[in-house]
Amino acid sequence: MTNQIVKITACCIAVMSFCSCVHLHEYQKTRLNDSEMALSNRKVEKNELNFQSYRESASGANAGKTGGGCGCN
Amino acid sequence: MKKRYLTIIGFALMCRLNAYAQIKPDTTFKKVPIDFYGGLDTESYYPTALKVDEINLVSSYYSQNGDHSAVTGGIGTEKVTDFSNGIDLKLSWYGRPKHKNTLSFGLGIDHHTSASAAYVSITGASKTGGSRIYPSFDWTIENEAKGTSFGLGSYYSGEYNYKSFGADVHFSKKTNDKSGEFAMKLQAYLDHVTLIYPSELIPTSPVVSTGPTYVTTASGNRQLSGGGSSPSIPTSPRNTYTASLSYSQMVNSRFQVMFLGDLVAQSGYLSLPFHRVYFTNGKDSVEKLPSSRFKLPLGFRANYFLGDNIILRSYYRYYIDNWGSRANTANLEITYKITPFFSVSPFYRYYDQSASKYFAPYEVHNPTDAYYTSNYEYAKFTSQFFGIGFRLAPPKGVLGWQGLHDFEIRYGHYSQNTDLVSDVISVALGFK
Repeated sequence: MTNQIVKITACCIAVMSFCSCVHLHEYQKTRLNDSEMALSNRKVEKNELNFQSYRESASGANAGKTGGGCGCN
Repeated sequence: MKKRYLTIIGFALMCRLNAYAQIKPDTTFKKVPIDFYGGLDTESYYPTALKVDEINLVSSYYSQNGDHSAVTGGIGTEKVTDFSNGIDLKLSWYGRPKHKNTLSFGLGIDHHTSASAAYVSITGASKTGGSRIYPSFDWTIENEAKGTSFGLGSYYSGEYNYKSFGADVHFSKKTNDKSGEFAMKLQAYLDHVTLIYPSELIPTSPVVSTGPTYVTTASGNRQLSGGGSSPSIPTSPRNTYTASLSYSQMVNSRFQVMFLGDLVAQSGYLSLPFHRVYFTNGKDSVEKLPSSRFKLPLGFRANYFLGDNIILRSYYRYYIDNWGSRANTANLEITYKITPFFSVSPFYRYYDQSASKYFAPYEVHNPTDAYYTSNYEYAKFTSQFFGIGFRLAPPKGVLGWQGLHDFEIRYGHYSQNTDLVSDVISVALGFK
């Protein structure tokens, strides 16, 4: 388990480091501010996340349930 | 293997050192804004009265079928329908300039039917339907000048066999250039599982009481052998503690990413009392799982605006826990903006997981096993979920109704290689 966590962390650091993050002015954020570009689940996906947490062992890391709050896992 | 990872990290750091684009301060920022219709505008207006930010309604209909019900020991119908409805109300006001307070009230009501629930009673006479109600409340204060926010939340969920009380505290901070944001949330759920056993496995000794004896039926009713009042069904606690961390970053004018991770610790009664397990000798028992569980999901989101009207939304999650489960989730959604106000979004989600070390199918568990479950939620399987969504958000409101600022409808088909299939259709309405 420790080895897998180390591998994932190293990959994340590598991915972040390959990106060159530019300084953006507000007028350059028009595409990023589009509602479809939000880094979150859609409101309409809310109940989909619920049934996935009931049917699957994995949960969390998606702003949904991580466990508790219902008779699921 | 270590050398490879060190090489990758070292090369990445070299690229990072020389990878900065223009970071010269914006010289136009210091200019005082001019109001063409009057004098200089030196103060912005912050409404102090409470106002409704938005109201969201979400409804879903879910229908499922399969052949591995946990109630009947890993075999039997998994037919389920669920009709979920939720409303969220957001109110905001400015207590001080640039300090925005937001109150969020939520209420959800689900009604479900489950064919396998009838077999909590060995005769199939238990009730198959149930409802759940779950209100929530959140207060957040945001300092727009500093780019920080702090908030408190609370939550309740009640259904006939499960009660949950939850609370959370959350905090976020943007980077100096407002292109990145770090967020943290600490959450606790203090739950109680009502101990409704399969009818043939109800404890035979009467529960202690000061009056006559009584028996608990599988559907949760207390039947008295004489007069007197009926005490409540015993419950067992289940607690969940979660620390959620996330960091989002705008990479360039078209691309932004987010890293998410949760640390989850659960303790208490972590199985369900009406789930059966059949052993190799043909005898059955209630499933038994450890009283603690630790989970570590790690997620990554990346959204890219391709061209003028295509948005690529991607998500990946790796999950691991100490019950032996490992899972991968990958999701890709391609949003095509037919017009700036109407978009269509087909999506595909792939999921795979390994079996928990406590899982075995029907009549495979050994009676001497310390822990055992035949709930296929813990089995090895792969699943696919695909569908399409439509979103309409015209500036003058949907169908000319200014208050209804967006309408979204989405359909998805889900299937596992364990023969479980389901369909879900959801509708979301946003009012401002």
